[in-house]
Amino acid sequence: MPQVGVSVVEVFERLGHSVDYPRNQTCCGQPAFNGGFHPEAREVAATFLNAFRDSRDPVVVPSGSCAAMVKVFYPELFAGTAREAEAKALGARTWEFSTFIVEQLGVTDLGATFAKKVTFHDGCHGLRELGIQSAPRRLLEKVRGLQLAEMKECATCCGFGGSFAVKYAPISTAMAEVKCKSAYASGAEVIVSNDPSCLMQINGYAEKQGMPIQCLHLAEVLNSR
Amino acid sequence: MSETKIIPLQQFKHDSAEVAADGDRREFLRTALGGYMNTRTATQHGYQDWEAARSGAAEIKWEAIDRLPELLEQFEANLIKNGTKVFWASDEEEARQYILGILREKNAKHVIKSKTMTSEEIHLNSLLEAEGFDVVESDLGEYIVQQNKEAPYHFVFPCMHLKRAEIKAIFEKIAACPSDDPEALTMFARQQLREKYLRADVGISGGNFGIAETGHIAITENEGNARLTCAMPKVHIAIMGIEKMLPRLSDLSLLQPMLGTAGAGQRITCYNSIYGGPKKPGETDGPEEMHVVLLDNGRTTLLADPEQRDALRCIRCGACLNVCPIFKNIGGHSYGTTYQGPIGAVITPHYKGLQEFKHLAYASSLCGACTETCPVKIDLHHHLLRIRRNSVSEHPPLMEKVAMKGFAFAFTRPWLYHLGTPLARLGHWLSKPIQGTKLDPGYLWRKTRTLPDMPKESFHEWFEKREQQKKAGK
Amino acid sequence: MNGSRTQILAKVRAALAVPNDPHVRHGDTAEAHMIRSGDRVAAMRQWLPLVGPSHEDRKAVFAECSAKLKTRFEVVDSPAAAHAIIAAIAKEEGWQSVAAHATGLVDAACAALGLPVVLASAGYDKDALAACAGGITGCLALVAQTGSVFVTPNSAGGRALSVIPPHHIVLATRAQLISDLPAAWEMLQAAGELPSFASLITGPSRTGDIERILVLGAHGPKKLTVILVED
Ligand code: SF4
Repeated sequence: MPQVGVSVVEVFERLGHSVDYPRNQTCCGQPAFNGGFHPEAREVAATFLNAFRDSRDPVVVPSGSCAAMVKVFYPELFAGTAREAEAKALGARTWEFSTFIVEQLGVTDLGATFAKKVTFHDGCHGLRELGIQSAPRRLLEKVRGLQLAEMKECATCCGFGGSFAVKYAPISTAMAEVKCKSAYASGAEVIVSNDPSCLMQINGYAEKQGMPIQCLHLAEVLNSR
Repeated sequence: MSETKIIPLQQFKHDSAEVAADGDRREFLRTALGGYMNTRTATQHGYQDWEAARSGAAEIKWEAIDRLPELLEQFEANLIKNGTKVFWASDEEEARQYILGILREKNAKHVIKSKTMTSEEIHLNSLLEAEGFDVVESDLGEYIVQQNKEAPYHFVFPCMHLKRAEIKAIFEKIAACPSDDPEALTMFARQQLREKYLRADVGISGGNFGIAETGHIAITENEGNARLTCAMPKVHIAIMGIEKMLPRLSDLSLLQPMLGTAGAGQRITCYNSIYGGPKKPGETDGPEEMHVVLLDNGRTTLLADPEQRDALRCIRCGACLNVCPIFKNIGGHSYGTTYQGPIGAVITPHYKGLQEFKHLAYASSLCGACTETCPVKIDLHHHLLRIRRNSVSEHPPLMEKVAMKGFAFAFTRPWLYHLGTPLARLGHWLSKPIQGTKLDPGYLWRKTRTLPDMPKESFHEWFEKREQQKKAGK
Repeated sequence: MNGSRTQILAKVRAALAVPNDPHVRHGDTAEAHMIRSGDRVAAMRQWLPLVGPSHEDRKAVFAECSAKLKTRFEVVDSPAAAHAIIAAIAKEEGWQSVAAHATGLVDAACAALGLPVVLASAGYDKDALAACAGGITGCLALVAQTGSVFVTPNSAGGRALSVIPPHHIVLATRAQLISDLPAAWEMLQAAGELPSFASLITGPSRTGDIERILVLGAHGPKKLTVILVED
C-alpha cells in the first residue's frame, strides 16, 4: 500500500517537516517474534536498529503494530544483549503516526477535507500496547466534511493477528465478519484505521463479501483535500 | 467426556472451525456476553478507583505467591487447629483416591457438589459415578451440563451455550417440565435439588480463596447451592489448588467484590462465605467432619517458571473469556480443556504438556483484550508469546523453521529485500491462474478474503524516484 | 495421613528459589506500595465504592444497593413497627410456620406473629425447617457498601436457617449498620474466636445461568427483607 507511505510524507511536508526514509530498512521482525522464533526475530530487528543508527530524529511509523514491536517488544527481545540500550533508545524515539502529530507536534487540524461518513477501527496493538485511542479521533474530528460514526465493536480485534489469519483462517474470518458487520451497522461509508495490516484483513473480507464499504488508512484521509 | 485418543490440535481445529461457521450460535454467545459487558462497565464505575483496585489486588495475589510455602503451612496449621483434616495431593489420582476413601469409610451413597473446577480437573464425577455413588451437581449451570453429559462450556457460566428450549428438552428426560421460561426452568431445578440436599451424605465444594491467617476457605457464589452443600451433609470435602492462598482475612474486602464485578458485573455476588472447620461446640448446625484437599497437579511446574507463574494469581473470574474475541467465536468446548479461554491457553500447556497444547497459544490474534480486563493484571497475551517462544526453542516445527530462516535471511539483507519487490510482482502475476486453488500459497487467506493487487510502484520506488528528481532539479 | 505434603512443599520451595521475572512482576506501582505498607485496609478504602461517614449516608447507600438487588429494605422506629411488617408478609404469603433462632429481636417478632416456630438454635429437623415459608434471623451487621447482611452461626441461627426458607427476614439494630467490607471483617475478628462459618448475604439468591437472564431464588431465598429498627 504505497499510498499510505506517500500520504505520510506529504502530510509531514505540508507541516513543514522533512522526511527521510533510510533505504536499508526491511521489517521490524514481528512475524518471527510472534511465531516464537526469537533468534531470527533478533537478526531482523538488528537490521532495523542498523537502519536508524545514524540518526537522532524521531522515527514515525504508520502502523500501531510495528510501533508496538519497536517500543514494547524490542526491550524484551534484546534484554541481556549488547544492543539492549540501543533498542530501548530507539523505542523511546519511535512514534505511531497519529500520536506523533497530536502529542509531539501538537497539531490536530491538518487542513484536510473528506466529505464522508467514516468509522474508526482501533488496531489492537496501537490501542492496548501503546494506549492510542484519542489521537486518531482528534485528527479525524478536524477533517472538513467528515462525519465520525463510532461502531459498537471499534475496539474488538479484526482477526488479523499475523500468521494466525491463515493458521486459524476460520476463526480469523469469523472475527473479520463481526468487525465488518459492526462497521457497516454504524452507517459509515469508510472504515479508517491506523494499521495497514488490519485494513488488509478488513478490506479483504468486506470486498469478498461485496459489502459497500471502503477501507482507508488514517494518513490517506488526512492527506485528502 | 472420553479424553483418550483425542489429538488436542486436531480436535481444536475441527471444533473451532465448526463453531466459527455457526453464525447463529456465535450471535447467541455475543448477545449473552453483551449484557455482561454493560452491567460490568457500570459496576466498575461504582468503585472509587477500579484501576487502582486492580493494581492492589494484583499485589495481594503476588504476595500470596511469593510467600506460598509459609502461607500453605500456616493455612494447614489453622485448619487442623479447628478440626479440619488436610490432605495434599500431587496429582489427580491421589486426590481421587483420597476422596473415594472418605466416601467409602463414611458409607456414603448420595453426594451433593457445588461448583468446583478443581473437581472437573481431576474428573471426579466420572470416578464416583463408576463406583456407584449418586453424585449431583447443584450449581444450576453445572446441573444442566451434567444432565446433558457434557463438560462445562465456560468455567463461570457452565451452560451459556444452551438455549432455553434445549434446556427444557434436557429436563424433560428427568421429569415433566412445563415451560421453557428461564424462571420456570430454574424452579424445576430448585425442586429437583432440594431433596438431594436434604438427603446427601457428603457435600463436595471448591474454594475461591484459602485464608492462611485464620484457616478458612472462602466461597463466592450466587445461588446458595454452596451454602447448602456446606450446611446440610454430615461431611464436607473442599478441593482447592495450592495457589489459592490469601495472607489475611481482610484481603477478602478487596478480592471478593472484585471477583463478583469482573466475573458477573455485580458489586459483590450474592453469597460470600467462609468455612473453617466442622460445626463448633455451641454452633447450631454444620458438618461433623471437614476435609480440605490441597491439589498440586501441575501447579508447581508452572510455579517453577519465573515468568508465567504470574498466571497462578488467577482468581477464576472468567472475565478474560467474556471479552475474548476468540472465545466468542469458537465457544468453550472447542478448547478441549478444563479451563477455557485465555487463562486456559496459558496454564494448560504447563499442566498437560507444552507440545500437546501449544496450539492454544497460537490460536490467538494477541489482541490483549484479556490482559486489559484481568482484575489481577495477569500478563495473559504476552504469556501466549512466551509459550510460543518456549515451544519453538524446545522443539521447532521443521517447515516453520525453514520459513523463518528464509525470512531472517532475506530481511537482514536490504538489497535482497528490495530485489524481492519486482520478483514478488512477477510472482503475483504468474500466480493468477492458480488463485483460488489449493496450489496457491495464499489459498487459506483467499478462500474468505481478497488480497490487494501488487502496486505498480512500491513506496520505496516512489521515494527513490522522488529523491532522484529532487537532485536533478537542483 | 497427609498425602504428598513433603514433596509438594519441597517443590514449591525449589520453584520459588528462582526469582520472579521483572518484566512480569511489577511491584513498584503506587498501589503495590500501599498494599505492602502497614495500612493496606486504608488503601482498599480509597478504591472500593464510597460510603459517607454518617449513619444517614450508610442508610442511603444500603438503600441504593437494596433497590438494585431487589432486597426489600425497611427502616422503622420501633420493634412494633417491624412486627407489623412481618405480620403483613406472613399473611400475604400464607405462612403456616416460621423458622427462627433464639435472640432478643427475633424472639419478640416470633411471639408477635403467633405462628408455630421451628427454632434452628434448638437442633432442628431438616424437613420441618424446609417446610417453613419464612425465616426470621438477626445478623452480625449490615454492610452499607454492598447492601449485604453479614451473618454468623450465633447471630443468625447457624448455616441453614438463612438459606432454606423461601423468604428470609432480617432484623437489625441501628448500631449494626456498618460502613464497608473492611469494617465487616474487622468486626468479625474483633469479636474473639472465629466461628466455623460466616457469610455476606447480598440480596435474594439468584442465577443467570440460563441465557444470562436473572432469576431470583435459585436455591436460597426468593425474597430478602431487611428491617432496620432505629429505636
Ligand atoms: S486470568 Fe484474570 S481475567 Fe482470566 S479468569 Fe483469571 S483472574 Fe479472571
